[in-house]
Amino acid sequence: MSVLVYVEQVDGKFKKSVFEAVSYAKAIADKTGTSLTAVSIGNVADSELQELGKYGAAKVLNVASAELKNFVNQAYAAVIAEAAQKESAEVIVLSNSFTGKGLAPRVAVKLKAGLVDGAVELPQLDGGKFLVKKGAFSGKAFAVAELISANKVIALNPNAFGVKESPVTATIEAFSPAVQPTDLAAIVKEIVRATDKVSLPDAELVVSAGRGLKGPENWGMIEELAGLLGAATACSKPVSDADWRPHSEHVGQTGIAISPNLYIAIGISGAIQHLAGVSSSKVIVVINKDPEAPFFKVADYGIVGDAFEVVPKLIEALKAHQA
Amino acid sequence: MKILVCISNVPDTTTKITFTNDNTQFNTAGVTFIVNPYDEIALSRAIELCAGGKGTVTVINVGESATEPTIRKALAIGADDAVRIDAAPRDAYFTAFQIAEYAKEGNFDMILTGRESIDYNGAQVAAMVGGFLDIPSISIIKKLDYDGTTATLEREIEGGKEVVTVTGKFVASCAEGVAVPTIPTMRGIMSARSKPLVVVAAQPIEEVIKVVQFETPPARGTVKLIPAEEAASLISLLHTEAKVI
Repeated sequence: MSVLVYVEQVDGKFKKSVFEAVSYAKAIADKTGTSLTAVSIGNVADSELQELGKYGAAKVLNVASAELKNFVNQAYAAVIAEAAQKESAEVIVLSNSFTGKGLAPRVAVKLKAGLVDGAVELPQLDGGKFLVKKGAFSGKAFAVAELISANKVIALNPNAFGVKESPVTATIEAFSPAVQPTDLAAIVKEIVRATDKVSLPDAELVVSAGRGLKGPENWGMIEELAGLLGAATACSKPVSDADWRPHSEHVGQTGIAISPNLYIAIGISGAIQHLAGVSSSKVIVVINKDPEAPFFKVADYGIVGDAFEVVPKLIEALKAHQA
Repeated sequence: MKILVCISNVPDTTTKITFTNDNTQFNTAGVTFIVNPYDEIALSRAIELCAGGKGTVTVINVGESATEPTIRKALAIGADDAVRIDAAPRDAYFTAFQIAEYAKEGNFDMILTGRESIDYNGAQVAAMVGGFLDIPSISIIKKLDYDGTTATLEREIEGGKEVVTVTGKFVASCAEGVAVPTIPTMRGIMSARSKPLVVVAAQPIEEVIKVVQFETPPARGTVKLIPAEEAASLISLLHTEAKVI
Protein backbone atom coordinates (compact mmCIF):
# COMPACT_ATOMS: atom_id res chain seq x y z
CA MET A 1 0.00 0.00 0.00
CA SER A 2 1.11 3.57 -0.65
CA VAL A 3 -0.21 7.08 -1.22
CA LEU A 4 -0.23 8.62 -4.69
CA VAL A 5 -0.47 12.35 -5.36
CA TYR A 6 -1.22 13.83 -8.76
CA VAL A 7 0.88 16.95 -9.33
CA GLU A 8 -0.82 19.27 -11.80
CA GLN A 9 1.57 21.40 -13.82
CA VAL A 10 0.90 24.71 -15.55
CA ASP A 11 3.34 25.41 -18.38
CA GLY A 12 5.84 23.01 -16.84
CA LYS A 13 5.69 24.54 -13.36
CA PHE A 14 4.01 23.50 -10.11
CA LYS A 15 1.96 25.99 -8.15
CA LYS A 16 1.78 26.34 -4.39
CA SER A 17 -1.46 24.31 -4.29
CA VAL A 18 0.47 21.33 -5.70
CA PHE A 19 3.12 21.53 -2.98
CA GLU A 20 0.24 21.76 -0.53
CA ALA A 21 -1.30 18.56 -1.96
CA VAL A 22 2.10 16.82 -1.76
CA SER A 23 2.53 17.98 1.88
CA TYR A 24 -0.97 16.69 2.67
CA ALA A 25 -0.36 13.36 0.92
CA LYS A 26 2.96 12.97 2.77
CA ALA A 27 1.17 13.54 6.09
CA ILE A 28 -1.30 10.76 5.18
CA ALA A 29 1.57 8.47 4.18
CA ASP A 30 3.26 9.14 7.54
CA LYS A 31 0.01 8.59 9.40
CA THR A 32 -0.62 5.27 7.68
CA GLY A 33 3.03 4.17 7.72
CA THR A 34 3.36 4.05 3.93
CA SER A 35 5.36 5.77 1.21
CA LEU A 36 4.42 8.62 -1.12
CA THR A 37 4.70 8.63 -4.90
CA ALA A 38 3.84 11.59 -7.12
CA VAL A 39 2.64 11.30 -10.70
CA SER A 40 3.27 14.17 -13.13
CA ILE A 41 1.76 14.38 -16.62
CA GLY A 42 3.08 16.75 -19.27
CA ASN A 43 6.37 18.37 -20.06
CA VAL A 44 8.11 19.13 -16.76
CA ALA A 45 11.87 19.54 -16.35
CA ASP A 46 13.65 17.18 -13.93
CA SER A 47 14.75 20.16 -11.82
CA GLU A 48 11.10 21.08 -11.26
CA LEU A 49 10.18 17.45 -10.49
CA GLN A 50 12.98 17.35 -7.91
CA GLU A 51 11.18 20.16 -6.05
CA LEU A 52 8.52 17.62 -5.08
CA GLY A 53 11.11 15.86 -2.89
CA LYS A 54 11.22 18.92 -0.66
CA TYR A 55 7.67 18.12 0.47
CA GLY A 56 8.14 14.39 0.88
CA ALA A 57 7.66 12.74 -2.52
CA ALA A 58 10.38 10.07 -2.58
CA LYS A 59 9.40 8.85 -6.03
CA VAL A 60 8.02 10.71 -9.02
CA LEU A 61 6.43 8.96 -11.99
CA ASN A 62 6.99 11.23 -14.96
CA VAL A 63 4.63 10.87 -17.94
CA ALA A 64 6.15 13.02 -20.66
CA SER A 65 4.20 11.74 -23.67
CA ALA A 66 3.47 14.41 -26.31
CA GLU A 67 -0.13 13.25 -26.78
CA LEU A 68 -0.78 14.00 -23.10
CA LYS A 69 0.66 17.52 -23.25
CA ASN A 70 -2.78 19.06 -22.73
CA PHE A 71 -5.23 18.10 -20.02
CA VAL A 72 -7.90 15.62 -21.13
CA ASN A 73 -10.01 14.28 -18.30
CA GLN A 74 -10.47 10.76 -19.61
CA ALA A 75 -6.83 10.19 -20.53
CA TYR A 76 -5.37 11.74 -17.36
CA ALA A 77 -7.75 9.66 -15.22
CA ALA A 78 -6.55 6.52 -17.02
CA VAL A 79 -2.92 7.47 -16.31
CA ILE A 80 -3.54 8.16 -12.63
CA ALA A 81 -5.53 4.96 -12.18
CA GLU A 82 -2.76 2.94 -13.83
CA ALA A 83 -0.14 4.67 -11.66
CA ALA A 84 -2.22 3.88 -8.56
CA GLN A 85 -2.36 0.22 -9.54
CA LYS A 86 1.37 0.12 -10.31
CA GLU A 87 2.20 1.63 -6.91
CA SER A 88 -0.52 -0.34 -5.05
CA ALA A 89 -1.76 3.05 -3.89
CA GLU A 90 -5.01 2.98 -1.97
CA VAL A 91 -5.14 6.71 -1.26
CA ILE A 92 -4.97 9.14 -4.18
CA VAL A 93 -4.66 12.87 -3.49
CA LEU A 94 -5.31 15.73 -5.94
CA SER A 95 -5.76 19.49 -5.66
CA ASN A 96 -9.41 20.55 -5.74
CA SER A 97 -8.61 22.91 -8.62
CA PHE A 98 -10.73 23.40 -11.74
CA THR A 99 -8.80 20.53 -13.28
CA GLY A 100 -8.89 18.41 -10.15
CA LYS A 101 -12.66 18.79 -9.94
CA GLY A 102 -13.04 17.22 -13.36
CA LEU A 103 -10.38 14.59 -12.84
CA ALA A 104 -10.92 13.26 -9.31
CA PRO A 105 -14.42 11.85 -10.02
CA ARG A 106 -13.19 9.95 -13.08
CA VAL A 107 -10.27 8.52 -11.10
CA ALA A 108 -12.78 7.49 -8.42
CA VAL A 109 -14.94 5.64 -10.96
CA LYS A 110 -11.89 3.91 -12.50
CA LEU A 111 -10.76 2.69 -9.09
CA LYS A 112 -14.26 2.06 -7.67
CA ALA A 113 -13.27 4.52 -4.96
CA GLY A 114 -15.11 6.89 -2.70
CA LEU A 115 -14.18 10.53 -3.29
CA VAL A 116 -14.10 13.44 -0.89
CA ASP A 117 -13.71 16.70 -2.77
CA GLY A 118 -13.12 19.99 -1.02
CA ALA A 119 -11.28 18.28 1.87
CA VAL A 120 -10.25 20.77 4.55
CA GLU A 121 -8.37 18.60 7.06
CA LEU A 122 -6.18 15.53 7.31
CA PRO A 123 -8.14 12.26 7.50
CA GLN A 124 -8.95 10.96 10.96
CA LEU A 125 -8.24 7.26 11.31
CA ASP A 126 -10.79 6.37 13.91
CA GLY A 127 -11.02 2.68 14.92
CA GLY A 128 -10.34 1.47 11.39
CA LYS A 129 -12.58 4.16 9.89
CA PHE A 130 -11.17 6.65 7.40
CA LEU A 131 -12.93 9.97 7.98
CA VAL A 132 -12.41 13.16 5.97
CA LYS A 133 -13.94 16.59 6.65
CA LYS A 134 -15.12 18.71 3.75
CA GLY A 135 -17.00 21.95 3.25
CA ALA A 136 -20.75 21.58 2.63
CA PHE A 137 -23.77 23.78 2.07
CA SER A 138 -21.58 26.38 0.38
CA GLY A 139 -19.51 27.11 3.46
CA LYS A 140 -22.47 27.13 5.85
CA ALA A 141 -21.40 23.75 7.30
CA PHE A 142 -18.89 20.93 7.19
CA ALA A 143 -19.60 17.26 6.49
CA VAL A 144 -17.45 14.42 7.82
CA ALA A 145 -17.47 11.60 5.29
CA GLU A 146 -16.35 8.03 5.86
CA LEU A 147 -14.57 6.49 2.90
CA ILE A 148 -15.70 2.88 2.94
CA SER A 149 -14.12 1.64 -0.30
CA ALA A 150 -10.66 0.04 -0.37
CA ASN A 151 -9.39 2.79 -2.68
CA LYS A 152 -9.92 6.38 -1.59
CA VAL A 153 -9.65 9.64 -3.52
CA ILE A 154 -9.26 13.00 -1.80
CA ALA A 155 -9.29 16.40 -3.54
CA LEU A 156 -7.77 18.97 -1.19
CA ASN A 157 -9.10 22.53 -1.03
CA PRO A 158 -6.53 25.26 -1.71
CA ASN A 159 -5.11 26.98 1.41
CA ALA A 160 -6.67 24.31 3.68
CA PHE A 161 -3.51 22.50 4.78
CA GLY A 162 -0.54 24.71 4.01
CA VAL A 163 2.85 23.77 2.65
CA LYS A 164 5.01 21.65 4.95
CA GLU A 165 8.56 20.72 4.11
CA SER A 166 9.69 17.13 4.64
CA PRO A 167 12.80 16.86 2.47
CA VAL A 168 13.81 13.67 0.69
CA THR A 169 15.64 13.13 -2.59
CA ALA A 170 13.06 12.38 -5.25
CA THR A 171 13.78 9.50 -7.62
CA ILE A 172 12.36 10.31 -11.03
CA GLU A 173 11.07 7.39 -13.05
CA ALA A 174 9.77 7.58 -16.61
CA PHE A 175 6.26 6.14 -16.80
CA SER A 176 4.52 5.17 -20.04
CA PRO A 177 0.94 4.19 -19.34
CA ALA A 178 -1.36 2.69 -21.97
CA VAL A 179 -3.71 5.42 -23.16
CA GLN A 180 -6.47 4.41 -25.59
CA PRO A 181 -7.24 6.67 -28.58
CA THR A 182 -10.85 6.88 -27.30
CA ASP A 183 -9.49 8.50 -24.13
CA LEU A 184 -8.32 11.43 -26.26
CA ALA A 185 -11.68 12.21 -27.89
CA ALA A 186 -11.91 15.67 -26.34
CA ILE A 187 -9.42 17.94 -28.11
CA VAL A 188 -7.91 21.08 -26.59
CA LYS A 189 -7.96 23.74 -29.31
CA GLU A 190 -6.79 26.79 -27.45
CA ILE A 191 -5.55 27.86 -24.03
CA VAL A 192 -5.83 31.49 -23.01
CA ARG A 193 -4.17 32.37 -19.73
CA ALA A 194 -3.83 35.84 -18.25
CA THR A 195 -0.32 35.48 -16.89
CA ASP A 196 -0.33 38.77 -14.99
CA LYS A 197 -3.39 37.92 -12.87
CA VAL A 198 -3.41 36.01 -9.61
CA SER A 199 -5.67 32.95 -9.96
CA LEU A 200 -8.74 33.38 -7.74
CA PRO A 201 -9.45 29.86 -6.39
CA ASP A 202 -6.03 29.38 -4.82
CA ALA A 203 -5.21 33.02 -4.07
CA GLU A 204 -3.99 33.69 -0.54
CA LEU A 205 -5.20 37.29 -0.66
CA VAL A 206 -8.38 38.48 -2.38
CA VAL A 207 -9.71 42.02 -2.89
CA SER A 208 -13.38 42.01 -3.81
CA ALA A 209 -15.86 44.76 -4.60
CA GLY A 210 -19.59 45.12 -5.07
CA ARG A 211 -22.26 47.52 -6.20
CA GLY A 212 -20.93 50.13 -3.79
CA LEU A 213 -18.31 50.86 -6.44
CA LYS A 214 -21.11 52.35 -8.60
CA GLY A 215 -19.73 51.26 -11.96
CA PRO A 216 -17.02 49.26 -13.80
CA GLU A 217 -15.07 52.47 -14.47
CA ASN A 218 -14.21 52.64 -10.76
CA TRP A 219 -12.39 49.31 -10.60
CA GLY A 220 -9.00 50.88 -11.20
CA MET A 221 -8.44 51.50 -7.50
CA ILE A 222 -9.51 47.92 -6.65
CA GLU A 223 -6.99 46.56 -9.13
CA GLU A 224 -4.31 48.91 -7.81
CA LEU A 225 -4.92 47.77 -4.23
CA ALA A 226 -4.93 44.10 -5.31
CA GLY A 227 -1.79 44.64 -7.38
CA LEU A 228 0.10 46.14 -4.42
CA LEU A 229 -0.97 43.22 -2.21
CA GLY A 230 -0.31 40.58 -4.87
CA ALA A 231 -3.97 39.65 -4.44
CA ALA A 232 -6.60 38.29 -6.82
CA THR A 233 -9.61 40.44 -7.63
CA ALA A 234 -13.17 39.25 -7.12
CA CYS A 235 -16.70 40.63 -7.12
CA SER A 236 -20.24 40.05 -5.88
CA LYS A 237 -23.00 38.47 -7.98
CA PRO A 238 -24.87 41.73 -8.86
CA VAL A 239 -21.61 43.06 -10.28
CA SER A 240 -21.01 40.08 -12.57
CA ASP A 241 -24.72 39.98 -13.49
CA ALA A 242 -24.44 43.62 -14.58
CA ASP A 243 -21.35 42.71 -16.66
CA TRP A 244 -19.17 45.15 -14.74
CA ARG A 245 -16.78 42.24 -14.13
CA PRO A 246 -16.46 38.76 -15.68
CA HIS A 247 -18.39 35.82 -14.18
CA SER A 248 -15.05 34.17 -13.41
CA GLU A 249 -14.56 36.79 -10.65
CA HIS A 250 -17.89 36.15 -8.94
CA VAL A 251 -17.39 34.68 -5.47
CA GLY A 252 -20.24 33.36 -3.36
CA GLN A 253 -22.69 30.49 -3.20
CA THR A 254 -23.37 30.39 -6.93
CA GLY A 255 -19.92 31.61 -7.90
CA ILE A 256 -16.52 30.46 -6.75
CA ALA A 257 -16.13 29.45 -3.10
CA ILE A 258 -12.82 30.69 -1.74
CA SER A 259 -10.83 30.34 1.47
CA PRO A 260 -7.96 32.84 1.29
CA ASN A 261 -5.92 34.05 4.26
CA LEU A 262 -7.28 37.57 3.72
CA TYR A 263 -10.54 38.64 2.07
CA ILE A 264 -11.16 42.37 1.69
CA ALA A 265 -14.79 43.14 0.76
CA ILE A 266 -15.39 46.68 -0.48
CA GLY A 267 -18.90 48.00 -1.04
CA ILE A 268 -20.48 44.55 -0.57
CA SER A 269 -23.33 44.39 1.94
CA GLY A 270 -22.93 40.65 2.60
CA ALA A 271 -26.04 38.79 1.43
CA ILE A 272 -26.29 35.26 2.83
CA GLN A 273 -25.37 33.80 -0.58
CA HIS A 274 -22.20 35.90 -0.76
CA LEU A 275 -21.16 35.07 2.79
CA ALA A 276 -21.65 31.37 2.07
CA GLY A 277 -18.86 31.40 -0.48
CA VAL A 278 -16.32 33.47 1.46
CA SER A 279 -16.92 32.77 5.14
CA SER A 280 -14.07 30.27 5.38
CA SER A 281 -11.59 33.06 4.68
CA LYS A 282 -9.18 33.26 7.61
CA VAL A 283 -9.32 37.08 8.01
CA ILE A 284 -12.16 39.19 6.64
CA VAL A 285 -12.00 42.97 6.20
CA VAL A 286 -15.20 44.82 5.35
CA ILE A 287 -15.37 48.38 4.02
CA ASN A 288 -18.91 49.70 3.66
CA LYS A 289 -20.58 53.02 4.25
CA ASP A 290 -23.66 51.34 5.73
CA PRO A 291 -22.90 50.48 9.39
CA GLU A 292 -25.84 48.06 9.33
CA ALA A 293 -24.39 45.98 6.47
CA PRO A 294 -24.66 42.30 7.55
CA PHE A 295 -21.08 41.68 6.41
CA PHE A 296 -19.76 43.48 9.52
CA LYS A 297 -21.18 40.62 11.66
CA VAL A 298 -18.67 38.15 10.23
CA ALA A 299 -15.75 40.54 9.68
CA ASP A 300 -12.55 40.64 11.71
CA TYR A 301 -11.80 44.26 10.77
CA GLY A 302 -14.30 46.81 9.56
CA ILE A 303 -14.26 50.38 8.29
CA VAL A 304 -17.55 52.25 8.06
CA GLY A 305 -16.85 54.66 5.28
CA ASP A 306 -17.07 55.55 1.62
CA ALA A 307 -14.95 53.25 -0.56
CA PHE A 308 -13.86 56.24 -2.66
CA GLU A 309 -12.27 57.84 0.39
CA VAL A 310 -11.06 54.73 2.21
CA VAL A 311 -9.45 52.75 -0.63
CA PRO A 312 -7.07 55.56 -1.75
CA LYS A 313 -5.93 55.86 1.88
CA LEU A 314 -5.24 52.13 1.98
CA ILE A 315 -3.30 52.36 -1.28
CA GLU A 316 -1.14 55.16 0.09
CA ALA A 317 -0.59 53.32 3.39
CA LEU A 318 0.37 50.15 1.54
CA LYS A 319 2.84 52.03 -0.66
CA ALA A 320 4.40 53.53 2.45
CA HIS A 321 4.46 50.11 4.15
CA GLN A 322 6.21 48.56 1.16
CA ALA A 323 8.65 51.43 0.67
CA MET B 1 -30.83 15.93 -30.98
CA LYS B 2 -31.54 14.50 -27.55
CA ILE B 3 -30.19 16.16 -24.41
CA LEU B 4 -30.37 14.75 -20.90
CA VAL B 5 -30.13 17.34 -18.10
CA CYS B 6 -29.46 16.15 -14.56
CA ILE B 7 -31.19 18.17 -11.88
CA SER B 8 -30.66 18.14 -8.15
CA ASN B 9 -33.24 19.06 -5.52
CA VAL B 10 -31.47 21.44 -3.11
CA PRO B 11 -32.38 23.81 -0.25
CA ASP B 12 -33.12 27.37 -1.32
CA THR B 13 -30.01 29.58 -1.22
CA THR B 14 -31.39 31.64 1.71
CA THR B 15 -31.88 28.56 3.91
CA LYS B 16 -30.43 28.61 7.39
CA ILE B 17 -28.62 25.28 7.65
CA THR B 18 -29.28 23.16 10.76
CA PHE B 19 -29.00 19.47 11.56
CA THR B 20 -30.93 16.88 13.56
CA ASN B 21 -30.33 13.44 15.08
CA ASP B 22 -27.12 14.40 16.82
CA ASN B 23 -25.87 16.32 13.78
CA THR B 24 -26.13 13.35 11.46
CA GLN B 25 -28.97 14.59 9.25
CA PHE B 26 -29.82 17.81 7.49
CA ASN B 27 -32.91 19.37 9.06
CA THR B 28 -35.44 19.75 6.25
CA ALA B 29 -38.18 21.22 8.47
CA GLY B 30 -39.49 24.43 6.92
CA VAL B 31 -36.96 24.31 4.09
CA THR B 32 -38.01 25.22 0.56
CA PHE B 33 -36.37 23.07 -2.09
CA ILE B 34 -35.45 24.36 -5.53
CA VAL B 35 -33.78 23.22 -8.74
CA ASN B 36 -30.04 23.51 -8.08
CA PRO B 37 -29.14 26.96 -9.54
CA TYR B 38 -26.28 25.60 -11.67
CA ASP B 39 -28.57 22.88 -13.06
CA GLU B 40 -30.97 25.65 -14.14
CA ILE B 41 -28.15 27.10 -16.21
CA ALA B 42 -27.55 23.69 -17.86
CA LEU B 43 -31.27 23.25 -18.46
CA SER B 44 -31.65 26.70 -19.99
CA ARG B 45 -28.79 26.06 -22.43
CA ALA B 46 -30.27 22.68 -23.38
CA ILE B 47 -33.62 24.35 -24.10
CA GLU B 48 -31.87 27.03 -26.21
CA LEU B 49 -30.02 24.37 -28.23
CA CYS B 50 -33.25 22.46 -28.90
CA ALA B 51 -35.40 25.53 -29.65
CA GLY B 52 -37.27 25.55 -32.94
CA GLY B 53 -37.80 21.79 -33.03
CA LYS B 54 -34.09 20.95 -33.18
CA GLY B 55 -34.34 18.42 -30.39
CA THR B 56 -35.79 17.35 -27.08
CA VAL B 57 -34.72 17.90 -23.50
CA THR B 58 -35.25 15.26 -20.83
CA VAL B 59 -34.56 16.09 -17.19
CA ILE B 60 -33.49 13.38 -14.78
CA ASN B 61 -33.47 13.45 -11.02
CA VAL B 62 -32.41 10.79 -8.54
CA GLY B 63 -34.80 11.27 -5.66
CA GLU B 64 -37.84 10.10 -3.78
CA SER B 65 -41.35 11.33 -4.59
CA ALA B 66 -40.82 14.50 -2.52
CA THR B 67 -38.62 15.87 -5.32
CA GLU B 68 -41.45 15.91 -7.87
CA PRO B 69 -42.34 19.62 -7.35
CA THR B 70 -38.72 20.43 -8.30
CA ILE B 71 -38.98 18.20 -11.38
CA ARG B 72 -42.24 19.93 -12.37
CA LYS B 73 -40.43 23.27 -12.05
CA ALA B 74 -37.85 22.02 -14.55
CA LEU B 75 -40.67 20.99 -16.88
CA ALA B 76 -42.21 24.45 -16.45
CA ILE B 77 -38.90 26.02 -17.44
CA GLY B 78 -39.19 24.12 -20.72
CA ALA B 79 -37.96 20.52 -20.54
CA ASP B 80 -40.03 18.14 -22.68
CA ASP B 81 -40.23 15.22 -20.30
CA ALA B 82 -38.76 13.95 -17.05
CA VAL B 83 -37.42 10.85 -15.36
CA ARG B 84 -37.17 10.24 -11.64
CA ILE B 85 -34.94 7.44 -10.43
CA ASP B 86 -36.79 6.36 -7.34
CA ALA B 87 -34.15 6.42 -4.59
CA ALA B 88 -32.69 8.72 -1.98
CA PRO B 89 -29.50 10.10 -3.60
CA ARG B 90 -27.04 8.80 -1.01
CA ASP B 91 -23.90 10.22 -2.69
CA ALA B 92 -22.52 11.41 -6.05
CA TYR B 93 -21.17 7.96 -6.97
CA PHE B 94 -24.60 6.39 -6.49
CA THR B 95 -26.38 9.25 -8.28
CA ALA B 96 -24.00 9.24 -11.25
CA PHE B 97 -24.30 5.47 -11.59
CA GLN B 98 -28.12 5.69 -11.72
CA ILE B 99 -27.98 8.45 -14.35
CA ALA B 100 -25.45 6.51 -16.43
CA GLU B 101 -27.55 3.34 -16.28
CA TYR B 102 -30.57 5.25 -17.54
CA ALA B 103 -28.57 7.17 -20.16
CA LYS B 104 -27.18 3.92 -21.65
CA GLU B 105 -30.62 3.13 -23.03
CA GLY B 106 -31.62 6.67 -24.03
CA ASN B 107 -29.19 7.41 -26.88
CA PHE B 108 -28.59 10.99 -25.75
CA ASP B 109 -26.25 13.21 -27.75
CA MET B 110 -25.14 15.07 -24.67
CA ILE B 111 -25.68 15.01 -20.92
CA LEU B 112 -25.52 18.28 -19.01
CA THR B 113 -25.35 19.01 -15.30
CA GLY B 114 -24.64 22.07 -13.18
CA ARG B 115 -21.02 22.51 -12.09
CA GLU B 116 -21.87 21.42 -8.54
CA SER B 117 -24.82 21.14 -6.21
CA ILE B 118 -25.14 23.87 -3.61
CA ASP B 119 -25.78 21.41 -0.75
CA TYR B 120 -22.90 18.93 -0.79
CA ASN B 121 -20.83 21.06 -3.21
CA GLY B 122 -19.59 17.93 -4.89
CA ALA B 123 -18.57 18.81 -8.43
CA GLN B 124 -18.59 15.09 -9.10
CA VAL B 125 -21.68 13.84 -10.91
CA ALA B 126 -20.86 14.96 -14.47
CA ALA B 127 -17.37 13.47 -14.56
CA MET B 128 -18.56 10.31 -12.83
CA VAL B 129 -21.34 9.85 -15.40
CA GLY B 130 -18.66 10.25 -18.08
CA GLY B 131 -16.58 7.65 -16.27
CA PHE B 132 -19.40 5.13 -15.97
CA LEU B 133 -20.32 5.59 -19.64
CA ASP B 134 -16.68 5.87 -20.75
CA ILE B 135 -17.38 9.01 -22.79
CA PRO B 136 -15.60 12.40 -22.57
CA SER B 137 -16.53 14.72 -19.72
CA ILE B 138 -15.71 18.40 -19.61
CA SER B 139 -16.16 20.02 -16.22
CA ILE B 140 -16.98 23.61 -15.28
CA ILE B 141 -17.73 24.98 -18.73
CA LYS B 142 -18.52 28.63 -19.38
CA LYS B 143 -19.76 28.28 -22.95
CA LEU B 144 -21.32 25.54 -25.10
CA ASP B 145 -21.99 25.57 -28.83
CA TYR B 146 -23.11 22.57 -30.87
CA ASP B 147 -23.32 22.16 -34.64
CA GLY B 148 -25.16 18.84 -34.63
CA THR B 149 -22.07 16.64 -34.46
CA THR B 150 -19.29 18.61 -32.79
CA ALA B 151 -19.53 20.59 -29.57
CA THR B 152 -17.23 23.51 -28.83
CA LEU B 153 -16.88 24.22 -25.14
CA GLU B 154 -15.00 26.79 -23.12
CA ARG B 155 -13.71 25.50 -19.85
CA GLU B 156 -12.54 27.56 -16.91
CA ILE B 157 -8.94 26.91 -15.86
CA GLU B 158 -6.74 28.59 -13.28
CA GLY B 159 -6.15 32.11 -14.53
CA GLY B 160 -7.87 31.69 -17.87
CA LYS B 161 -9.88 29.50 -20.17
CA GLU B 162 -9.45 26.57 -22.51
CA VAL B 163 -11.40 25.81 -25.69
CA VAL B 164 -12.21 22.13 -26.16
CA THR B 165 -13.99 20.37 -29.01
CA VAL B 166 -15.62 16.98 -28.83
CA THR B 167 -17.36 14.95 -31.52
CA GLY B 168 -19.83 12.33 -30.39
CA LYS B 169 -21.49 11.83 -27.05
CA PHE B 170 -20.19 13.75 -24.06
CA VAL B 171 -21.04 15.02 -20.58
CA ALA B 172 -20.45 18.59 -19.44
CA SER B 173 -21.02 20.48 -16.19
CA CYS B 174 -22.19 24.04 -16.65
CA ALA B 175 -21.24 27.18 -14.73
CA GLU B 176 -22.39 30.79 -15.04
CA GLY B 177 -22.00 32.16 -18.54
CA VAL B 178 -23.34 29.08 -20.36
CA ALA B 179 -26.88 30.53 -20.30
CA VAL B 180 -29.07 32.92 -18.38
CA PRO B 181 -31.52 30.85 -16.30
CA THR B 182 -34.99 30.88 -17.84
CA ILE B 183 -37.94 31.96 -15.69
CA PRO B 184 -41.02 29.75 -16.17
CA THR B 185 -44.00 31.42 -17.86
CA MET B 186 -47.60 30.85 -16.78
CA ARG B 187 -48.05 28.78 -19.93
CA GLY B 188 -44.99 26.74 -19.01
CA ILE B 189 -46.29 26.16 -15.48
CA MET B 190 -49.68 25.03 -16.83
CA SER B 191 -48.20 22.71 -19.45
CA ALA B 192 -45.73 21.21 -16.96
CA ARG B 193 -48.62 19.48 -15.21
CA SER B 194 -49.35 17.30 -18.22
CA LYS B 195 -45.79 16.59 -19.39
CA PRO B 196 -44.59 12.98 -18.97
CA LEU B 197 -42.75 12.11 -15.75
CA VAL B 198 -41.54 8.52 -15.71
CA VAL B 199 -40.47 6.82 -12.47
CA VAL B 200 -37.72 4.23 -12.80
CA ALA B 201 -36.39 1.85 -10.13
CA ALA B 202 -32.80 2.35 -8.96
CA GLN B 203 -30.07 -0.18 -9.74
CA PRO B 204 -27.95 -1.66 -6.95
CA ILE B 205 -24.35 -0.48 -6.52
CA GLU B 206 -21.86 -0.85 -3.71
CA GLU B 207 -21.58 1.95 -1.18
CA VAL B 208 -18.19 3.71 -1.29
CA ILE B 209 -18.74 6.69 0.99
CA LYS B 210 -21.17 7.97 3.59
CA VAL B 211 -21.55 11.19 5.54
CA VAL B 212 -21.38 10.36 9.24
CA GLN B 213 -21.51 13.80 10.84
CA PHE B 214 -22.23 17.43 10.08
CA GLU B 215 -20.67 20.40 11.81
CA THR B 216 -21.45 24.09 11.72
CA PRO B 217 -18.49 26.47 11.50
CA PRO B 218 -17.40 28.10 14.77
CA ALA B 219 -18.81 31.59 15.28
CA ARG B 220 -16.43 34.35 14.25
CA GLY B 221 -15.24 36.92 16.78
CA THR B 222 -16.55 40.46 16.92
CA VAL B 223 -15.42 42.98 14.37
CA LYS B 224 -12.67 45.47 15.22
CA LEU B 225 -13.91 48.77 13.81
CA ILE B 226 -11.39 51.28 12.52
CA PRO B 227 -12.54 54.91 12.05
CA ALA B 228 -12.59 55.85 8.35
CA GLU B 229 -10.18 58.74 8.91
CA GLU B 230 -7.66 56.26 10.36
CA ALA B 231 -8.11 53.77 7.52
CA ALA B 232 -4.36 53.66 6.93
CA SER B 233 -3.88 51.90 10.29
CA LEU B 234 -5.60 48.84 8.82
CA ILE B 235 -2.47 48.04 6.84
CA SER B 236 -0.26 47.86 9.93
CA LEU B 237 -2.92 45.80 11.78
CA LEU B 238 -3.02 43.30 8.92
CA HIS B 239 0.78 43.15 9.06
CA THR B 240 1.48 43.05 12.79
CA GLU B 241 -1.71 41.67 14.35
CA ALA B 242 -3.41 39.45 11.75
CA LYS B 243 -0.07 38.63 10.07
CA VAL B 244 -1.64 38.14 6.65
CA ILE B 245 0.35 40.70 4.65
